[in-house]
Amino acid sequence: MSERAQRLLELADDELILGWRDSEWTGIAPTLEEDVAFSSIAQNEIGHARALYELAAGDLDTTADALAFDRSPEEYRSAPLVELRRLDWAHTIARHWLYECADELRLAELKSSDDAEVAGLATKMDREEVYHRMHAQMWADRLCGEERFESAVDELWPYALGVLSPELRTALAERVGREQVDAVERGSHSDELRELHEEMTMVRRSIPGATW
Amino acid sequence: MVTAAAVWDALAEIPDPEIPVISLVDLGVVRDVAVDGDNVRVEFTPTFLGCPALEVMRDAMAEKVRELGGEPDVRVISDDSWSSDKITPEGREKLRVAGLAPPAPREASAPTLLQLQSSAFRCPYCGSTDTKLENIFGPTPCRSVRYCNGCRQPFEQFKTI
Repeated sequence: MSERAQRLLELADDELILGWRDSEWTGIAPTLEEDVAFSSIAQNEIGHARALYELAAGDLDTTADALAFDRSPEEYRSAPLVELRRLDWAHTIARHWLYECADELRLAELKSSDDAEVAGLATKMDREEVYHRMHAQMWADRLCGEERFESAVDELWPYALGVLSPELRTALAERVGREQVDAVERGSHSDELRELHEEMTMVRRSIPGATW
Repeated sequence: MVTAAAVWDALAEIPDPEIPVISLVDLGVVRDVAVDGDNVRVEFTPTFLGCPALEVMRDAMAEKVRELGGEPDVRVISDDSWSSDKITPEGREKLRVAGLAPPAPREASAPTLLQLQSSAFRCPYCGSTDTKLENIFGPTPCRSVRYCNGCRQPFEQFKTI
C-alpha cells in the first residue's frame, strides 16, 4: 500500500470512528442543543471519512464503502483516542477538544501538501472543522479548571499525542498546555473498537454484496 | 444535440433536497458543465462534506441530463471550490424569504465564535439585528440556529463557509 493511501486511511478511520462515537450522544446528550450539535458534528466527521475513503479507494482499486465496512477491526488504522467509549460529558469534551486541536495541526500540514487532491480536500475539511473547533473550545473554556474535566484531559493526553506524527507533537503540547509524555500509538486496537465494528458493519454484513 | 446552456437550464430546475426553495444552480454548487457529443460531465462541490443530500443531488442531476438525451457523468469535487459566497443574489433572497438568513461573506480569516455571538446577523422575518446565537449547529451541517429578540422567533442562519 502506498504511503499516501496509508495516510488517507489513518485520517479516514479517525473521522469515521470518532463520528460513530459522537453519534452515541444522539438522543441522550445533557441538553437538547448538545444533542443537535454532537449529531451534526458526527454526521460531518463521517462525511469527511467518506471523502477520504473515496480518495484512497481510487488508489487501492476498491470502493469507499468496502474500505469503511469490509475490513476486519485489525486492519483499521484509527488512533486509540477515537476508539475509547467514555460516555460521560467530561471525557467527551476532553476528547473532542484534544482531537480538534490535533486535527487542526494535521490539516494545516496537509493543506500545504504538494499533492493537489489531498491539499484540496484538506482545505475543504478545514473550513468545516472551524465550526467543530469553535464548539470544542467553547466547552473547554467553560470547563477549564473543573476537576473532572482536567483529570479527563490528563487521562486522554497520551492518547491525543498518538493522533499525530511525532514531528507535530511539540506543537500540540504547546497548544493544549501540557508536557509531552509517551504517546499511545496507532497499531493496536481495543475491545471497544471490536464492539463498535460489530455494530457498525452489522447491516452491511447481513446481505453481502447488496446494493442499498 | 445537448448543449451546455440546456444542461444549465435543466439543473436550475432541481431544488436543493433539504432547502427546496433554492435550486442547485442558485446554491452555486454546480462548478462546471462540459458537453462532448452526448457525453455530459457535470462537476459539483457539496456545501458540506457531511451533507446527507449528496447522493440525492447527484442522482437528480444525472436524471436531468438523461431527460435531455445526454449520457451523464456527475463528479463530486471535494475541494474548496464552493463557498457560501457562491450563492447567487436570487438564491440569497429566496433563502431569506423562506426564513433562512443568508450567510455572511467569507473573510480572509476563518469565522470566530465571537463573531457568531455578536448580534450583527439580521433576522429574516423582521429584519432586526438584535439576534443571538443559540447553537453553532442546526438541522443540517450548513445551518446554525439563532434567536431574534425583536420578534421573538428562532431562525436558521446559513453558515459562512
